Amino acid sequence: MNEYLAMGGYGGYIWGAYLMSALVIAIEVLALRSRRRAALRMAAATPVDGGSR
Amino acid sequence: MKLYQLASPATFYPLAGRLAPWFAWVAGIFAVAGLWIGFAIAPTDFQQGEAYRIIFIHVAAAWMSMFIYLVMAFWSVLALSFNTRLSAMMAQSLVPTGALMTFIALWTGALWGKPTWGTYWAWDARMTSELILLFLYFGVMALRNAIEDPRRADRACAVLSIVGAVNIPIIYFSVQWWNTLHQGASVSVTAAPKMASIMLTGMLVMALAAWFYAIAVALYRVRSIILERERGAAWVAALPETKAVKS
Repeated sequence: MNEYLAMGGYGGYIWGAYLMSALVIAIEVLALRSRRRAALRMAAATPVDGGSR
Repeated sequence: MKLYQLASPATFYPLAGRLAPWFAWVAGIFAVAGLWIGFAIAPTDFQQGEAYRIIFIHVAAAWMSMFIYLVMAFWSVLALSFNTRLSAMMAQSLVPTGALMTFIALWTGALWGKPTWGTYWAWDARMTSELILLFLYFGVMALRNAIEDPRRADRACAVLSIVGAVNIPIIYFSVQWWNTLHQGASVSVTAAPKMASIMLTGMLVMALAAWFYAIAVALYRVRSIILERERGAAWVAALPETKAVKS
């Protein structure tokens, strides 16, 4: 297992590449969730005026 | 339902909500399959050793970074020519994901370059133009945030997006036009691929994962954008999810 993770000495580069990618994707997904919640709160708080901004 | 009705945010909002989970699931399945091929099946490269395994995500992200820009420019052209608000919302929805793909392409490229070329970064034409792409995405986001009126922001962002599209062929052909450290294309439509077929398969499956991911995320985000900009419309107030927040 350790040998596999070491990737012939390139492990730091390979896992650094994939973990950072996973991290930014996770951030985007979380940001989407919070944006949706905020948008719904904003929509609920706005009186009906026709919309279209 | 007529096609033009899809250009109405009220019609598109529920449709995007129905489609997005499917794209997300397909993206997940392709990602698992692509990573499985890339890490469990594809053998060690005889020249690069294991380091080449970075290209499975690098190439997928780099392709998407350029393609998303072109789609964003396409929606911008529609938004400017027909003044359709949903087109502008679609363009707006793609920007963060485009920036994300560009960042992943640059980051993974640097981590591939160090063991392979001996440097994380070089100011060669391919890398510099890809970095400019990242700044273009940031520029479009900053421009939108700087303009209060959403309709004016739509037009300004559309113009910037369309003008910036000139960078895409520069990125794509940079490896031919200039003598770059970055190598030429390994895959092209006209020539046989210059790589082993299992590696090519892994790369293409990862590219499909990136495609479906980008579509799913853009659909989810455009729903929030529609809510933000249509708030106050009767149909938004009548949505069950809006009512659920109220109570």
